[in-house]
Amino acid sequence: MISIRELRFAYGSGFALDLPALDVAARERVAVVGPSGAGKTTLLNLVSGIAVPDRGRVTLDGTEIGALPDRARRRLRAASIGFVFQEFALVDYLNAEENVLYPYRVGAGLRLDRAARDRARALLADFGLGGKTRRRPAELSQGERQRVAIARALVTRPKVILADEATGNLDPANKAAALDLLFAQATDTGAALLCVTHDHELLPRFDRVIDFAELRQAA
Amino acid sequence: MNALYLAAANLRFHWARTLVLVVAAALVLAVPVLTRALLAQGEAALAARAEATPLLLGTRGSRLDLVMAGAYFTDDLPEPATLAASEAVWDSGLGIPVPLYTAFTTGEARIVGTTLDYFDLRGLEAAEGRPFALLGEAVLGASAAARLRLGPGDTVLSNPENLFDLDGAYPLEMTVVGVLAPTGTPDDEAVFTDIKTAWVIAGIGHGHDDILAEGEDAAAAAARVVQYARITEANIDSFHFHGDPATYPVTAVMVVPHDERSATILRGRYLDAEGPVQAVVPADVIDALVARLLRIAALVDAVTLVVGAAAALALGLALFLTWRLRAPEMRTAFALGAGRGTIARLALAEIGLVLLAAALLAAPLVIALQSHAPTIAARLIALGS
Repeated sequence: MISIRELRFAYGSGFALDLPALDVAARERVAVVGPSGAGKTTLLNLVSGIAVPDRGRVTLDGTEIGALPDRARRRLRAASIGFVFQEFALVDYLNAEENVLYPYRVGAGLRLDRAARDRARALLADFGLGGKTRRRPAELSQGERQRVAIARALVTRPKVILADEATGNLDPANKAAALDLLFAQATDTGAALLCVTHDHELLPRFDRVIDFAELRQAA
Repeated sequence: MNALYLAAANLRFHWARTLVLVVAAALVLAVPVLTRALLAQGEAALAARAEATPLLLGTRGSRLDLVMAGAYFTDDLPEPATLAASEAVWDSGLGIPVPLYTAFTTGEARIVGTTLDYFDLRGLEAAEGRPFALLGEAVLGASAAARLRLGPGDTVLSNPENLFDLDGAYPLEMTVVGVLAPTGTPDDEAVFTDIKTAWVIAGIGHGHDDILAEGEDAAAAAARVVQYARITEANIDSFHFHGDPATYPVTAVMVVPHDERSATILRGRYLDAEGPVQAVVPADVIDALVARLLRIAALVDAVTLVVGAAAALALGLALFLTWRLRAPEMRTAFALGAGRGTIARLALAEIGLVLLAAALLAAPLVIALQSHAPTIAARLIALGS
């Protein structure tokens, strides 16, 4: 599914991410750990096509992302990548259902149709938010907001789910619940899950752990 | 459609901020249009009134003051002429003289003392009641009646000229007998009386009880005189005037010459720069004034443009700062596959909706004020002094 070879990406500040090889298969759950500033978020940006590597290749189902023009990369991102952010990044003026459908409002090449609406409602119902679809983020609890954010990442049925500290702002009970939802949905849709986390208690639940501290030592 | 949907949702959610932006944009759009409309209407009203006033006689001095006071009833009054100027025109047989005495006010309306010929020559008709017929009766212009909330049967009181001047003009209570139909001219703002009533206000005519006892000295009796402040059926016969009527004051004399030849002769009679009376053609004076106004209007246009640009920049800055606050949302949108075009469409949709709402707010305001522009212009002209 995801294949990375001889990857190098450098910032103007001098920091550079070097990753000789990484493969993530469909349905695989991979945790990415490491100290702050090690390049974990940069890896997610490279996999999603937000950033383009200086050298090397990132491919998704055989398509080299860095070789695509900007519009094609945005289409690929909208259709194949689901994002879950640490701060949830919900839109304050939209209600829960509208937030879940937000990718269809802004994502390149996505079309908002009845099927998408039905899927959004079903996800919210599955996540225990069926009675709160009209509530705005300010009217939801932290855990509920995170569930809305996860539903937004899943609504397009992506091939890859990228989660950046997705449980960082949650209490232990909500952390476990959020991870359960992500894992269940990833299993159902066959999506690969790449999850950046600082929470080592969660690591045993993943199929594999990539430690950026070890990678840098090896480099 | 998605950009419009999101823009509308955001503007609706932040409704207070949106309202401020819409009102500010509506004012930026409406004020220049309204200013231009009022200016144009003011020029048209000035010119039409001047065209409808063939000739004005008055004391030699400022031609503009004479025209403004005699045709538009403004507050800048020239030195009064005398009724002799009116009688001279009548004796010449060259035109119809209509004396006007506009020295007094009631509330914010000017009292215009004149004769019934004025109503005929201006084509004024009573919408309610009748024209004045007796001393102490008043007919109100349409706007003055509406503003003072008076109609036939009510009374109006002239303003005291100076509370501390015992020898000055005292307030006179007048009975309203009619209200004129609206004309969109300064006549709408005036209160008309017979010119003799205006002279009573001036203290030239008065009524009082006969208090002179047999054998008593008139000067001694004068101390006991109580003048009437209202003219009624019971006391009207006691009203009388002192002195030669030819010396009674008039602000101006409107003259309607019988023909072009008569007009030329009349104008020629007042060409002598040493003579006490001048004749002015209001259209000539107003043409010169409008030419100046047009130059001022060009300046106003330039100022409006600069102020409008500054206001538009301020609005733009407000929108930009609002947009900066939404940077996290834009980053999320970008991560979810939005491009710069999507973000630009979103921004344009919001600006477009704000401007559309502002236009929808400004349009009825402009239409409503434009439909009232003649009345507003007439009032501004009447007050403008």
